[in-house]
Amino acid sequence: MKSNIRVLIAKPGLDGHDQGAKVVVRALMDAGFEVIYTGLRQSPEAVARIAMEEDVDVIGLSSMAGSHIQFCRRLKELLEENKLTDKLWIIGGNIPKRGYEELKALGLDGIFPTGTHFQEITDFINENVT
Amino acid sequence: MSTDSDLKPVINESGIEVKPLYTEEDVEMSGGIEMVGNPGEYPFTRGIHPDMYRKRPWTMRQYTGFANAKKTNERFKYLIANGQTGLNVAFDLPTQIGLDTDDPMAVGEVGRVGMAVDTLRDFEIAFDGIDLEKITVSLTINGAAAVLIAMYLAMAEKRGYDITKLRGTAQNDILKEFIGRGTWIFPVEPSVKLVCDTIEYCANNAPKYTPVSVCGYHIRESGADPAEEMAYAFCIAKAYTDGALERGLDIDEFAGRLSFNFNIYGNIFEQVAKFRAGRSLWAKIMKEEYSAQNPRSMWLRMIAGGGGNGLYAEQPEVNIMRGAYYALIGALGGAQTMALCCYDEAYTIPSEFAQRLSLRTMQLLAEESGLCDTVDPLAGSYYVETLTNQMRQRMEEIMAEVDAQGGIVKQVSEGAVQSKVSAGAYDTQRKIMSGEIRKVGVNCYQIEDEDEHEPKYHPYDEVATQKQIDSMNAVKSERDQADVERTLAKVKNDAESGVNVMPAIMDAVKAYATVGEITKKLTEVYGGYQEPIRF
Repeated sequence: MKSNIRVLIAKPGLDGHDQGAKVVVRALMDAGFEVIYTGLRQSPEAVARIAMEEDVDVIGLSSMAGSHIQFCRRLKELLEENKLTDKLWIIGGNIPKRGYEELKALGLDGIFPTGTHFQEITDFINENVT
Repeated sequence: MSTDSDLKPVINESGIEVKPLYTEEDVEMSGGIEMVGNPGEYPFTRGIHPDMYRKRPWTMRQYTGFANAKKTNERFKYLIANGQTGLNVAFDLPTQIGLDTDDPMAVGEVGRVGMAVDTLRDFEIAFDGIDLEKITVSLTINGAAAVLIAMYLAMAEKRGYDITKLRGTAQNDILKEFIGRGTWIFPVEPSVKLVCDTIEYCANNAPKYTPVSVCGYHIRESGADPAEEMAYAFCIAKAYTDGALERGLDIDEFAGRLSFNFNIYGNIFEQVAKFRAGRSLWAKIMKEEYSAQNPRSMWLRMIAGGGGNGLYAEQPEVNIMRGAYYALIGALGGAQTMALCCYDEAYTIPSEFAQRLSLRTMQLLAEESGLCDTVDPLAGSYYVETLTNQMRQRMEEIMAEVDAQGGIVKQVSEGAVQSKVSAGAYDTQRKIMSGEIRKVGVNCYQIEDEDEHEPKYHPYDEVATQKQIDSMNAVKSERDQADVERTLAKVKNDAESGVNVMPAIMDAVKAYATVGEITKKLTEVYGGYQEPIRF
């Protein structure tokens, strides 16, 4: 288990519902992670750039308004271009199950729908960041 | 009777301890019945109208809009045919933040959470065949509100309505967007200036139109408790009021057209007390602090709705029952207008079926259950009167705190309110996870075959998106380009000189300038917004 795990929590696209993202940020901070929160309206380019600049171990997206698949398609290309595919890539929020397969195929390591227990998220990060 | 020490203490969300029994003495101890009064009379605790629903049930105004103007128009007509009495328009996110359909940031977002709007033509299509005198329209728009209010007025004018008599509402509460919901465009100060522009413009040109609906709703959705919800909303409403007064308007020229939007999820009695307390507190503020003379200026007119944050994805059908109790709260609370979140809304844009069920829920209360027979039926309950006094006191304390820390505009600019509210959300979430707060189907009474209960998703319509881009381009190719450029230059010029930009926006809208083009001109002057990140 790595110490000082750095986690990026980003709000992709135009959706302004950030209650969940901010709650998760607080939970991760309380669990001892270093958390970088982007705020709203991040483009895939911005998420990739911040992930690189901040040298994070985990790239987390919080999506509530349904546009996450298109976003992740583009982000996957950027993660590959920037050699960021070794980062743990996770998503949470309002994520319909019928999209799970495509998200996993795109390279998402963990999917945490609304209501997921914080412990489940922090355990997942601790177990999978090496 | 058991002694208090046998029982687990109960503290409501607003931090007030709830006793197992209330008597006359509790009412006295909490401040008595001095503020109760009669409905339709100051301080309006019991309702802003003397006869309330006996005369007219609340307006039923479901939040609706998706894909493009044509599809939204069809849904509007479906809901009206099913007995809906008002419209509440949902816009897609690009429209809400002032981007055109073909903007690179709009990819995947066009028409997704509401109707896409680029030009006045979209408004003409969306409201085609709808009688705007019979059905009042509420626009859920904030960042781009000045542009969309102008579009609505221009559309009505084109159809021959006298806009000095036109009713309708725009949400147009930007301060709460910085706290929750997030469809801001410009920095805090010019954003507030724009709201004041719309208030001033409407007071002078469309005096029956409600240019602002101050939303405690989304602040509550973001994590505030019910007392904070109303207290922050009043702080915000006071900020707009102060701005309008600085323009030289008289309080009674515009205060009667201010409106509010509050949430209805949670403890039934706490919410009813919230509405009753809020009505009297707002009346008191208007009368004592602003010296309003006209009773209408003291009315807490409101839409009560939601409550999205109370709904869960687990066993979604349970949300139908939740919605019914929320509607009961709205009716017992004396709301003039109601909108219910649909049972599938924790997942997706509501289906036609889910929308109809929400509408039927409200109709059931109005038609079958006796909710319209008597005004403020919970008045006189020792519990409700005590709680109403206590909630009012809590709200006053919270408002005083905000004032002591420099006022709401400063607190929002610095991210202080956002931080406080999100700490509240975190606290609640932890209590749900620990089981301290019980949620049926979520942390108790769960089921195994959850997947079978997943509602059908509203499909994202890629064809409608392309059609929207095509129709915007068609409008652009037909419009008088010189007129567009002239009116857009005037928008920028007026923004720079600091005068009211609404007349210039009206002209630009009538020339079929797009939402994106107009917003861009304003952004060139006002700049963009940098969110304060504060935990």
